[in-house]
Amino acid sequence: MASLKELSKKEELFTGGHRLCSGCGAGIIARQVMIACEKPVVVANATGCLEVASTIFPYTAWRVPWFHSAFENAAASISGIETAYNALKKKGKVKEDVNFIAFGGDGGTYDIGLQALSGAMERGHRILYICYNNEAYMNTGVQRSSATPRGANTTTAPSGKQSTGKMQMRKDLTAIMVAHNIPYVAQTTLSFQSDLMSKVQKALSINGPAFMNVMQPCRLGWIYPPEDTVRMGRLAADTCVWPIYEVTNGVYKLNYKPKEKKPITDWLKIQGRFKHLFSAGNEEVIKQLQADVDKNWEKLLSLCGEKI
Amino acid sequence: MRVAKTGNEAMAEAMRQINPDVVAAYPITPATEIVMIFSQFVADGLVDTEYVAVESEHSAMSACIGASAAGARVMTSTSSQGLALMYEMLYIAAGLRLPIVIGEVNRALSAPINIHGDHSDTMGARDAGWIQIFSENSQEAYDSMIQAILIAERSKLPVMVTTDGFIISHCLEVIDTISDGDVKKFVGEYNPERYLLDIKRPFTLGAIDLQDYYFEHKMQEAEAMKDSKKIILDVASEFNKKFGREYGFYEKYKLDDAEVAIVCLGSAAGTTKVVVDELRAKGIKAGLLKPRVFRPFPYQEIAKELSKVKAISILDRSDTYSAYAGPVFTEITSALYSSNMQIPVNNYIYGLGGRDIGKEEIKNVFEELVTIAKTKKVEKLIGYIGVRE
Repeated sequence: MASLKELSKKEELFTGGHRLCSGCGAGIIARQVMIACEKPVVVANATGCLEVASTIFPYTAWRVPWFHSAFENAAASISGIETAYNALKKKGKVKEDVNFIAFGGDGGTYDIGLQALSGAMERGHRILYICYNNEAYMNTGVQRSSATPRGANTTTAPSGKQSTGKMQMRKDLTAIMVAHNIPYVAQTTLSFQSDLMSKVQKALSINGPAFMNVMQPCRLGWIYPPEDTVRMGRLAADTCVWPIYEVTNGVYKLNYKPKEKKPITDWLKIQGRFKHLFSAGNEEVIKQLQADVDKNWEKLLSLCGEKI
Repeated sequence: MRVAKTGNEAMAEAMRQINPDVVAAYPITPATEIVMIFSQFVADGLVDTEYVAVESEHSAMSACIGASAAGARVMTSTSSQGLALMYEMLYIAAGLRLPIVIGEVNRALSAPINIHGDHSDTMGARDAGWIQIFSENSQEAYDSMIQAILIAERSKLPVMVTTDGFIISHCLEVIDTISDGDVKKFVGEYNPERYLLDIKRPFTLGAIDLQDYYFEHKMQEAEAMKDSKKIILDVASEFNKKFGREYGFYEKYKLDDAEVAIVCLGSAAGTTKVVVDELRAKGIKAGLLKPRVFRPFPYQEIAKELSKVKAISILDRSDTYSAYAGPVFTEITSALYSSNMQIPVNNYIYGLGGRDIGKEEIKNVFEELVTIAKTKKVEKLIGYIGVRE
């Protein structure tokens, strides 16, 4: 991959002037992904933060062909676009080599869009689907999704006298995508810039479907100061809450191993969404969360052939 | 060429000859055959089409929308629950002004689940911004599919061409097909003004459109639907000139001097024609108006055609569950009212879930109309035909 200095000279395809929150991770991800693109690209977006904040008619933050139609169908939309490309390329109506990227939040990807995503991946379209995963329905005001971690306070699974927030463990969508036997699946966060961008380039160079699950810290829903977004992503990796790895043709590779695995409390205590977990009587939830992380991490290390 | 084709085969044949760039579809009874036959065309290399066997009708329409936005000529097919699952995307196809064509086989909506023909699916989508063309038989379905692609592309509106499930979709009829070369020439090449794969001219399609622009865009959509009336007639006229079959917004059957008339859509019109002939032989001046184009709704034209009739019965193959009447009835009576016409009318709901409607039942409707024409009194405004009460 080109150096950061060289990349900084590239034309921005996702520009400023959008209306995402200060400190929003979705904008950082979109910008990095677009900088990583080397060929012309068509983008499809699911309904969500990134869509509503970057394309308020008659303005747009996108300097590439960009498309949105609904919430649950970014994968189906990009399938249609890629298929049209194949048809028009065959006829000589389109000359360029083009890449196809879909962006969806965790709501549009883990939940309402899972069927369309699974279908698109199974059909083998030459597309890259990127989930900017902020672990809840942030666009509509922080409602729980199946990506929301256990214990988080959301507006539809709130903490209260009888509740410690979300009771269930989050779904492992990355594993579900791996189970589709597609050529490339990766997990990362916006804080690992060169990892994120090289994964995008790798995904786009593959002649088939690719999926990336990119953790996107959300200052609004997670409740932390906006300047901490990048720090949050790094902490997610250092606590092993969000491991950085990739699966190429079924082969797992760990891309980042923290020198010292930090305790889950480091992750929880700086986010307002977990504040209630530190009240007396909720110690068991924190213990459970640490146990969840440890189990997942050990499983992943084993899959990656790393020493536990 | 004279060939025997079912409604589904006729639609699939039209699709083969149109040779669209992309078909994304999901099978559903009774439309399944259309995509099965078309898939075989793809497998045998008889078309250049890229076929996407999606995992649901929602994704079928989503992929069609994506492909159409990308610049491709796009067609699909569905029925009933499939159309219902597409519902969200139907409005989006129209709102984004994408010229997608659906071969839609009319089938009852659940519950109770039923696979047979009625118009509840298509009527549920009547306000989705799609041009809707009903067919009485396989010939009309075939001809309308070929016209639909041009209507869609010229009006920048999506079009659904419908047949009645099983009654037409699975009924073998002899139809006149057009040669491949003539269809190819008639439909021409699709060259959209603006499309996503025009890489050097990037644009944003599907932006969020708030209080300051949404209304104008929806108004433009409404205007496009009005403007599509001329396009539909122009395409029909070009079709007639080349292939010698006449189409318009509706078909009149012995209507010009009729005293009593039935208005109905689709396959029931065929049975009604037979009854009209029988009644005419007995000296009863019966007639039929069969709307072909239900969206846009040609309200002034239809009112004018019905202006001399003394009594009208409007038959609906779907119900609105409004404690009032069927959808065709409300449209026709509204058209009469806004044209200052006070003609006695009644409404019959018939054929739900594929319940057959026979000559006797239609004859009874006409006989009641004869009485209404004399007395000028409608005893019962809304009734049901052929149902155990």
